Amino acid sequence: MKKKQTWYALFLAFVIGLFAVANYSTDSEEYSPIPTAEIAKEETPFDKMMRVLTHERCVNCHPNDNIPKQGNDSHPHYFGMARGKANMGFEATKCTTCHQSENNAYSGVPGAPEWSLAPAQMYWEGLNRVEIATSMLDPERNGGRTPEETMHHLTEHELVLWAWNPGVDANGIPREKPPVSKEDYIKAVKQWFEEGHIIPSE
Amino acid sequence: MTISLNVNGISQTVEITDGNTPLLWVIRDLLDLKGTKFGCGKAACGACTLHIDGEAVRSCSYPVKLAKGKTITTIEGLGNEENPHPVQQAWMEEIVPQCGYCQPGFMMATAALLDKIPEPTDADIDRNIINVCRCGTYYRMRKAIHKAAELSKSIETVKSENDA
Repeated sequence: MKKKQTWYALFLAFVIGLFAVANYSTDSEEYSPIPTAEIAKEETPFDKMMRVLTHERCVNCHPNDNIPKQGNDSHPHYFGMARGKANMGFEATKCTTCHQSENNAYSGVPGAPEWSLAPAQMYWEGLNRVEIATSMLDPERNGGRTPEETMHHLTEHELVLWAWNPGVDANGIPREKPPVSKEDYIKAVKQWFEEGHIIPSE
Repeated sequence: MTISLNVNGISQTVEITDGNTPLLWVIRDLLDLKGTKFGCGKAACGACTLHIDGEAVRSCSYPVKLAKGKTITTIEGLGNEENPHPVQQAWMEEIVPQCGYCQPGFMMATAALLDKIPEPTDADIDRNIINVCRCGTYYRMRKAIHKAAELSKSIETVKSENDA
């Protein structure tokens, strides 16, 4: 009787062990994460460029409702400010009433040359990255620019590059920079244009 | 750093160590023009509003180095007791101020508005006059802005008649 019990216990342990091994191998095959380094390696110039252009603070000045947005939460600009007739605010209270050609570390008011909203037809708010890229290449919506001119705008314009020099806010806290370095962004934009500015289907 | 600028029609030269010093403090502390007020220091309330080359600017957020060679007008340069600007005249007639602290900024913003839009509608006022008054004198200010527009218009009419 005792021998029979021992055999039974051994058989049970063997079966449980078999299940455990089978489950372990299935789990590790299904869920083993792709190393982060490999993801970064696979990122195309388009991916890298769009990670910057879809950043909240980039889209804040490309609104779809003529109201500039502020901050990483993209709240409507305080004080009821809006586009106005020339993308620079209202008749007497303009962008330049508060924003100058450089950041102000004392007041926390951001500034850069040509501080203004992107023209209304260049709205990006609410668009996905494919739609943004399509609009960037459409002369009807990009200010009549050729692809080469768009590339220069994206990589040389001081207001665009201000994104990497955003200064501090009213509490002295540095504003968030885009998720890609300026150098890598410029390289990615140039490469995307040089390789035919192909917009992937998504 | 030496900075030359014109303030209320007078050429001024100031010596300043930090060119990023807000224009407000140069106007108040170095040039002793105390009409322009410090409010929030964040370009939000508008108490520090003055004109730079004819445009309304928040002077608490304007580094003095950028004012080099520019023409500045403060509330003292807008007019005086003997010869008030139509905006100042209207402010007195409508008895606008309560505590008065923010009023110079409002008057400077209004003067800039009337320069661009001589007869502003209520909507024009709402868009352009976004200063903050803790006493809540907005209703009287709106009346005074319309009054100032009328006064300016009548002054222009008299001028035109005299010129003719």
